[in-house]
Amino acid sequence: MSSIESAAYICQGCGIGDRIDTAQLEQVALGEGKVGLARQHEFLCSRAGVEMIQNDIEQQELDKVVIAACSPRSKTEAFRFDTVALSRVNLREGVIWSYSSDADNEDVQSSAEDYVRMGCAENRYMKKTSGNQSAGVNRRLLVVGGGVSGMTAALESCKAGYEVLLCEQSERLGGWSAALHRRVPTREPFSEPEDTGVTGLISQIELAPGIEVVLNSVVARTSGSPGQFSVDIENGHGVRTENFGAVIQATGFKQYDATNLSELGYGISPDVMDQVQLEQLAVQADGNPIKRPSDGKPVESVLFVQCAGQRSTRDGHLSYCSGHCCNTSIKQAMYFKNALPSVDVNILYDDLRTPGNGEDFYRSAQLKGITFTKADVLEVSKLNGSLNVKLFDKILNLETEVTADLIVLATGQVPNSGVDIDEGEEESDDTVRVAFDSVLNLQYRQGPDLPHLHDGFSDSHFICFPYETRRTGIYSCGPVRSPMDISQSIEDATGAAMKAIQAVENAVSGRAVHPRSGDLSFPTFRKEGCTQCKRCTVECPFGAIDEDEQRYPVFNESRCRRCGTCMGACPVRVISFENYSVDTVGQQIKAVEIPDEFEEKPRILILACENDAYPALDMAARNQIHHSPFVRIIPVRCLGSVNAIWVTDALNRGYDGVMLMGCPKGDDYQCHFVKGSELAHYRMSKIDDTLEQMDIETERVITHEVEITDVHRVAQLINNYAKSIEKIGLSPLKGF
Amino acid sequence: MESTIDNIAFQKTITTIASRNQLTQVVATSETVLVVGGGISGMTAALEIAEYGIEVILVEKNPSLGGRVVQLYRYFPKLCRPNCGFEINLRRLRVNPRIRVLTLSEVASINGEAGDYSVTVKTQPRYVNSNCTVCGKCETAVETLVDNPHDYNLGTTKAAYLPHNMAYPFRYVLHPSIIGTEDAKKAKNACMYDAIELEQQSEEFELNVGAIVWATGWKPYDAGKIQPYGYDRFDNVITSVEFERMMDPFGPTGGKLVRPSDGEPAKNVAFIQCAGSRDRNHLTHCSRICCTASLKQSTYVSEQHGDDANSTIYYIDMRVIDRYESFYQKVKSQQNVKFIKSKVASIVEDANTGEVILNGVDTEGYHRYANRHDLAVLAIGMEPSVDITSIADGVSVDSSGFIQVHENNGAIFGAGCASNAFHVTRSVQNATSASLRAVQTINQVRHAQVQFSVSVE
Repeated sequence: MSSIESAAYICQGCGIGDRIDTAQLEQVALGEGKVGLARQHEFLCSRAGVEMIQNDIEQQELDKVVIAACSPRSKTEAFRFDTVALSRVNLREGVIWSYSSDADNEDVQSSAEDYVRMGCAENRYMKKTSGNQSAGVNRRLLVVGGGVSGMTAALESCKAGYEVLLCEQSERLGGWSAALHRRVPTREPFSEPEDTGVTGLISQIELAPGIEVVLNSVVARTSGSPGQFSVDIENGHGVRTENFGAVIQATGFKQYDATNLSELGYGISPDVMDQVQLEQLAVQADGNPIKRPSDGKPVESVLFVQCAGQRSTRDGHLSYCSGHCCNTSIKQAMYFKNALPSVDVNILYDDLRTPGNGEDFYRSAQLKGITFTKADVLEVSKLNGSLNVKLFDKILNLETEVTADLIVLATGQVPNSGVDIDEGEEESDDTVRVAFDSVLNLQYRQGPDLPHLHDGFSDSHFICFPYETRRTGIYSCGPVRSPMDISQSIEDATGAAMKAIQAVENAVSGRAVHPRSGDLSFPTFRKEGCTQCKRCTVECPFGAIDEDEQRYPVFNESRCRRCGTCMGACPVRVISFENYSVDTVGQQIKAVEIPDEFEEKPRILILACENDAYPALDMAARNQIHHSPFVRIIPVRCLGSVNAIWVTDALNRGYDGVMLMGCPKGDDYQCHFVKGSELAHYRMSKIDDTLEQMDIETERVITHEVEITDVHRVAQLINNYAKSIEKIGLSPLKGF
Repeated sequence: MESTIDNIAFQKTITTIASRNQLTQVVATSETVLVVGGGISGMTAALEIAEYGIEVILVEKNPSLGGRVVQLYRYFPKLCRPNCGFEINLRRLRVNPRIRVLTLSEVASINGEAGDYSVTVKTQPRYVNSNCTVCGKCETAVETLVDNPHDYNLGTTKAAYLPHNMAYPFRYVLHPSIIGTEDAKKAKNACMYDAIELEQQSEEFELNVGAIVWATGWKPYDAGKIQPYGYDRFDNVITSVEFERMMDPFGPTGGKLVRPSDGEPAKNVAFIQCAGSRDRNHLTHCSRICCTASLKQSTYVSEQHGDDANSTIYYIDMRVIDRYESFYQKVKSQQNVKFIKSKVASIVEDANTGEVILNGVDTEGYHRYANRHDLAVLAIGMEPSVDITSIADGVSVDSSGFIQVHENNGAIFGAGCASNAFHVTRSVQNATSASLRAVQTINQVRHAQVQFSVSVE
């Protein structure tokens, strides 16, 4: 076996060799960096350079490699060596491109040397990743909800080769769609209502041997993690426990309760109804003229009222738009017109919302003589057995009255999303609460259901990543996620099935899923140091950590997304990843040479989110937007992973300031690990007391929200901070 | 012996003829998925499929991945940055050895059937190989300026250029117009890394794949065809996609919202909805995103001009469905954003002031108007960028050319805006569902001997 464990490679290309004494860097790596082997190369990412490294790895049996070249975001594919723990030192973007040509050569060289020391220190404390070994092997899927979304998810997963248990609460499959007479068209020419296709879907489910359907059943308990969920399925007669690899929640919606809409006449007559009730009439009529419920008289005039109890800030109303209702009313209007063209059909709307090919359907309705009126309903009353409606016509700008035999209120969708776990967060209660109205009854520290985003929907917060879930391996789809129609639900369920089978495969091979896809590291903790403070379990944004009977954390590795928030939370620093730990960063901070007070050269530590702030810094560098050579920048997985010890250690070692750069927080947060940036801001706000005890100005620690596009701003932030440090003066702690 | 697969893994982006041949022989098999289009939908599909465990070849026409989203300033409704999600996707891509990327490439024809397609790909030369370190010396050396497609040709770029700040591959490209000129030689001489290959030629080659995700996206409707709006006649009538580029600090105006006619600040801006959409003379469909996009763009005017900002949105119906409704209400509550229910009849220019005058009738109460604005932004409709029926015979499309889900399509699956006018979230949702359909096909190929009880339609 070779005596050399680690090696460092220093690139001279892209002008690095022109501006930096790379021979000196080699000495630094071999000396303070303690690597067994160091080499320079004029063009390290060339085939010759990469082969040199690869040969060394094989012949010297290296476990660890430091590459001092460009940003870790550049040439990632060339510098991919899967068998070693790899550290990248950013000399190009991070040093030579970041500092203006006026910068003192000595400062540039010190910076490069510091970064090499940092890279070697990080590497020394890193281990090769091995993947989560305790992953389960169960590939079967649980689909909760037997409507169109759930049936689609089950069928599409089955077609990909996966077994499915489909659990439906009621006594039959089909959900709301089974009660429809027809659906909105999905194909050219988009002009007539279409068969719902639900019967065909149900028979496909019944014929598929890979799908087991359980009716009259609910999920009484869910525990475990992707690849090894354990779920109790309960029906009236008993409980069975089954194992699954992933879960798809397709629990759909409840119809908005129209009894709240007395102002629109609901309740004054059976002839005022919602869209679901009208479907029942249409099913009964089956293509013949529809009769009104009050006296069985064929309907001669019908009025549809859009946005009933929706898009409204009134108490008890829905603030959102349910999306499907305009098309649904058009479809229902056609039920009347197609059966009896003489029926007077009027749709009262505010904005008629028929996106995409819905426009063809809308046009078809106009050709059929259906009237559309932009109007507000003012009052609904009974008149001579019919209904009288006072309305304000917004086009004619006048109040008017119409009579109708029937009124249909286009009410909205209310999600069946279970318990809102964020409501009334109770810190005192440690026990997992089993709620009666929960859908999944998750035995998770964070609560029994998927977190709600807003209005009870569980949709992803991320525009680019609609299937981002805060409970790994559990994907919601259909109207429980966001208001949607049948077409979109089918698409959504298919997408959720993709994510579910992918989560299973990744769990089985011990890899992380989105956004750190493929990451083989996972957190472990040193039990003997743990004080059972529960901060890691509380702050984990993905509910990955439970507590055992003695209140020690239990890491469910395949639920973990590898953000490191637990590591940042831990006050006793017992949590670490193989390649990312309190030491891998802490030792980098310690590795920087702090000039003594007489040199008058400050050192500022920057901990930057690797997804947004760090790329912004790279882009600034390439665009020759320069910053002070006195800063030392360390990319972090998420600002949430920043442990306060790094900050206090840095200050104790004589750094003059510490700056944190993370993603925007708040309602429209952009942090990919949900709360990381917010937690960091919070933790840093609490650090002031410590600073005062250390007799250090609180201005020496500053936290900024930085977006990836803040290319000019990152440099300004650094330069302004460097100036303000100059004003405050150098740290009083230097040389201690 | 060095395996060919290692050779290819070494360079995720393939540029040499030798490696392409290996690609066709070794990497691309009936267990490979071809994803056509490297915008957000195509990237999503490629990543979802590869992260599941299937080999993917991602083909992109342009020199960089990213598509139209990286030309946007912000996303609605969060007003966050498209580059942020793009960075995550790039990170996923860089670490995933299962995806190979072919840029400057287009699919010329598709033959075969589900599980066994033969695809002809045409590749244009980049003239820059993977040695490129993005040092920028060639850009400095070259003098020729060409229109910058990243800015919808509103500005120019050197003929040796990096497509944008986050280009992937992170590599320069030479504009073909300088090949054979002194400028090209200057670029080559300036390069210290042997990265410039002026002798590169366009090529054509065959790939064998099992399934195809078609994610070629959309293009803005030709605004010049909407004659009454005078896009081709008036400087201060622009499209919504061009408006986005003005907000980019690295864009054609350095991030300033100005009137193209004179560079003066554009403070009073009109947004004209359904420009080309919902119109039997143009696109019959509703492009779905434009209402919300204009709401978003009205926030740009406020962001830049504060209290001096005035936005007016001329609309037929504000189609801001589901979760986006709250964004509509938020913008509506702003004092300086006005809504007029009207299809604008015509636009004329005041030659003295450069202002545009919008004529029409406010249908809420039927008032005629002739409103002056600094700038009119056409919320331009979306149409499919590629006619797939000319490439793959028999694929079912709707009357607008969007791919419909249909049993005749075999294992060719539309994703994102190739299937409909979608905003980003819907595109990604759609692309993820297309990914599963591709996975189904490949799993059937992989386990051909295993009886699948349910056939893929």
